[in-house]
Amino acid sequence: MTLLTIDWVLLTEKLLLVVAIVMISLVIAMYETYAERKVAAYIQDRIGPDRAGPFGILQPMADGLKLFMKEEIIPNTSNKLLFILGPCLAMLTAMMTSAVIPWGSALHFKMFGIDRMVTLQVADINIGILYIFGVVSLGVYGIMIGGWASNNKFSLLAALRGASQMISYELAMGLSLIALLMLTGSLSMKTIVEQQMTQGVWNIVYQPLGFLIFIVCAFAECNRTPFDLAEAENELNFGYHQEYSSMKLGFYLFAEYINMFISSAVMATLFFGGYDIPFFDEAAHIASWGATPVALLTGFVFLIKIAFFIFVFMWVRWTIPRFRYDQLMNLGWKNLIPLALVNMVITGALVLLKQNHWHF
Amino acid sequence: MGITQILFWFLTALALGSALMVVLSKNPVYSVLFLIVTFFAISGHYVLLNAQFLAIVNIIVYAGAIMVLFLFVIMLMNLNADMNLQKSKLLKFAGFIAGLCLFLVFVAALKDAAIKKSLVQTNTGEIGLIKNLGNTLFKEYVVPFELSSVLFLSAMVGAVVIGKKE
Amino acid sequence: MQALTNRAKPVDRAPMTWVEKLYLWNILKGMLITLRHFFKRKATVKYPEQKRPFSPVFRGLHILNRDEQGRERCTACGLCAVACPAEAITMEAAERKKGEENLYREEKYAARYEINMLRCIFCGLCEEACPKDAIYLSETFAPANFQRQTFIYGKQDLLIPDPVKEPELYAKAVGERGKKN
Repeated sequence: MTLLTIDWVLLTEKLLLVVAIVMISLVIAMYETYAERKVAAYIQDRIGPDRAGPFGILQPMADGLKLFMKEEIIPNTSNKLLFILGPCLAMLTAMMTSAVIPWGSALHFKMFGIDRMVTLQVADINIGILYIFGVVSLGVYGIMIGGWASNNKFSLLAALRGASQMISYELAMGLSLIALLMLTGSLSMKTIVEQQMTQGVWNIVYQPLGFLIFIVCAFAECNRTPFDLAEAENELNFGYHQEYSSMKLGFYLFAEYINMFISSAVMATLFFGGYDIPFFDEAAHIASWGATPVALLTGFVFLIKIAFFIFVFMWVRWTIPRFRYDQLMNLGWKNLIPLALVNMVITGALVLLKQNHWHF
Repeated sequence: MGITQILFWFLTALALGSALMVVLSKNPVYSVLFLIVTFFAISGHYVLLNAQFLAIVNIIVYAGAIMVLFLFVIMLMNLNADMNLQKSKLLKFAGFIAGLCLFLVFVAALKDAAIKKSLVQTNTGEIGLIKNLGNTLFKEYVVPFELSSVLFLSAMVGAVVIGKKE
Repeated sequence: MQALTNRAKPVDRAPMTWVEKLYLWNILKGMLITLRHFFKRKATVKYPEQKRPFSPVFRGLHILNRDEQGRERCTACGLCAVACPAEAITMEAAERKKGEENLYREEKYAARYEINMLRCIFCGLCEEACPKDAIYLSETFAPANFQRQTFIYGKQDLLIPDPVKEPELYAKAVGERGKKN
């Protein structure tokens, strides 16, 4: 195998896809900040930002510009290298997760004498879900390194809180997914979506409890209220990014929003049929309309599902107050993990029964 | 030199270099971070061997969970680089001897191992894929596997019980 | 204690049932409440475009009044300065000279008339004390500024525009309150 035998077309295709997904994630994260403020305002009977552009639509640009223009302060007693590495890691891990999510059915690309199907997924590896877990579990380092390198006791405290919270909830999250994986029999995201498409029934019907556990854990993993103990303003000033300013702070905030976007995408993929359009026969329409319009339509539907979950994230944030730390740990270790184990056992038993045609 | 070779040598250099840095760096936090880099390089090797499951589990378990706990402890103890730990000469010498012994054991073990050409099935081996791994674990090694899982579960329950007592 | 409204609810200290301990139902109820607020009418007033009407008794910035011929009404008697509980008013009197009858109504007038808007508590006692109806409180409030010095309003800031020379500006300055009288 030499360098020249690399499939250059495939490489450019994937590269373009990666760039597109990164751009889309960034733009969506930007507008999530806007949506967050608007949702918060509407829930509190206010209007929210409406000065920059019509309906304040340019507000994220103004916010971004502000963050860029702010003075960059690196504390004297901080560990400079790690201080910079922290937000980079947070952003990197947030972006990496999107690689295994199938964003839509295949595009049919016919140009410049190239005739190929372009799948809207960067990498269809057969350990898709585990990959997401791996990257998410690395997200802790962004918080921990940033919090420690700031050399501030509030930051360190918040970093430790955040890290222990994320490790605890990862367990319940993994256990809740095992039940789902027993049903699908595959770890590949694409296969899971295709199964739901052919069945015509989304996994939420089979796994309501699993979904409930998963969504709670997703809130915890994203450090969102009611689990935002890592950045509890009134206890820890500003949490692990207290010493950060300018765009490094922006990176942390952005990473949180991208995480939200990605976990919404994962939830939609695993439990709500991914890019499947309900009551719509994709295969038949690919035959009649061609692949590309169907692919774009499925991608759009997927984005709508994601937007719904992002709204749920915000809705919950502005409804439920923050947990106390012991309550958080109690919920994670004493309620969610046993519940996930029970869910797993029941699902396993049912799958076994079904394989034996409902009798032993 | 193919792209696999280039990746292999790069990952090897990364793994060895960062492993050395784990031992050499003065600041324990840096040591832990270099250890994480080492795990990444090893996971990269697993991917080259087409053992994706092992690669990702290595990252989840070691880099994602165990190393976080290491970092936890080190951050809480607040070990700084300028805090010079007093190590006696005798201790250093003992450490050196112990390391040498371990190295000898490795060399002796690997010297007699039958290294076939097929040991490294770069890119083509299917042993590491999740299906084959599952089949082996749940058919040939089902008893030890289940025993170890019971052990883990009991450890977890034990931790919860200990935590509940206070 | 007797309840003031019929909305008061006694605290329920009964131990929670199993369903309540799950919190799921209560969380759902809370989410429904916030969702209802999502579609409610918003309380926001978009300030520079929309303004809330002032109440008819609102006491804002002071205005030194003129009579119908555009002459200053103030005679510099100093009653307003005496009445002022915050001691915000300073004035210097001067005698009207020949040929100034079209400027000042009385024989004595205020050469300098200053109100420190940072001291003023907008109580309106100066308005009540004035025998000549020369000072009253308008429906505007003091704009923000960066220097304290700018909050000492002199005569040129306080005097109402001349009703003869600048009738539109005068009408604007009199505002809603003038129409009612």
